Amino acid sequence: MNAKQALSALGAGAIFGVGLCLSGMTDPKNVLAFLDVTGRWSPKLAGVMFGAIAVHAAWLRFAARKTARAPHSLAPSNTSAPARVDAALVLGAAIFGVGWGLSGYCPGPSIVALGAGAGGAIVFVAAMVLGMRLCDALRGLTKTTAKQSSPREPHAAE
Amino acid sequence: VSLAILGGALIGLSASLFWSQNGRVAGVSGLLAGLFQSGSKARFERALFLLGLVIAGLLFGKFSHRIAAPVLPLAPLAFAGVLVGFGTRLGGGCTSGHGVCGLSRFSLRSLTAVCTFIATGALTVFVVRAFSLWSAR
Repeated sequence: MNAKQALSALGAGAIFGVGLCLSGMTDPKNVLAFLDVTGRWSPKLAGVMFGAIAVHAAWLRFAARKTARAPHSLAPSNTSAPARVDAALVLGAAIFGVGWGLSGYCPGPSIVALGAGAGGAIVFVAAMVLGMRLCDALRGLTKTTAKQSSPREPHAAE
Repeated sequence: VSLAILGGALIGLSASLFWSQNGRVAGVSGLLAGLFQSGSKARFERALFLLGLVIAGLLFGKFSHRIAAPVLPLAPLAFAGVLVGFGTRLGGGCTSGHGVCGLSRFSLRSLTAVCTFIATGALTVFVVRAFSLWSAR
């Protein structure tokens, strides 16, 4: 990684964070209002997603056209994950949704809230890292047992 | 709502910048998890992105009074945090990775994930409201 990449990583994080702050997504109440479909529903989060996806999708299209003309340009390698919908994906997303619906925090906003010094955000972030580690540890366990019981478990490592 | 779309556009811009310059998906849960995983690639880059998030929060907290507090007491907040961490890890992404980046590239996996976590999130809010376990509003 060169200095330019370091700067862009930091800048991208900062722009991301400012976007979350401006749009009000760092306030759990706004997030919960979006999820409160039978109560006082707020479309704000949908607006944020719309804005983000519109810009990013447009940019990706533009970049893809450029790459088609110049195939040597950077083709990042970390998107080649198999496009399979599996149980882990659905179960994981379902569990995440419950935590999200309880707290109104997802990973990005909780880290921004940590920076803003919102009380308790540090507890949430620490617990979140713990949950991630727990998942990695469990997956390590099942991977070893899967290897022992049946060698054909190609997606356990995914 | 216009501020929401503007903020969203900034997030989209950030994801594009990170993708083009660093070749990475701006998925916060994945970046965070990788930070604490031994032998993961580009730890420094991950740390810088996350530091950017923290700095944005710091600045915003300083110059605006929009510092939101968590709506839960600490113990349930920690419980929710564990669920979010575990779930995003198992599901391979969160609102940024699956939501913004994944949907932008029309990924079926991401669409499935987004529909699932919005559904269980909405259900959770509904159940919590129904039992009025907390009265944040």
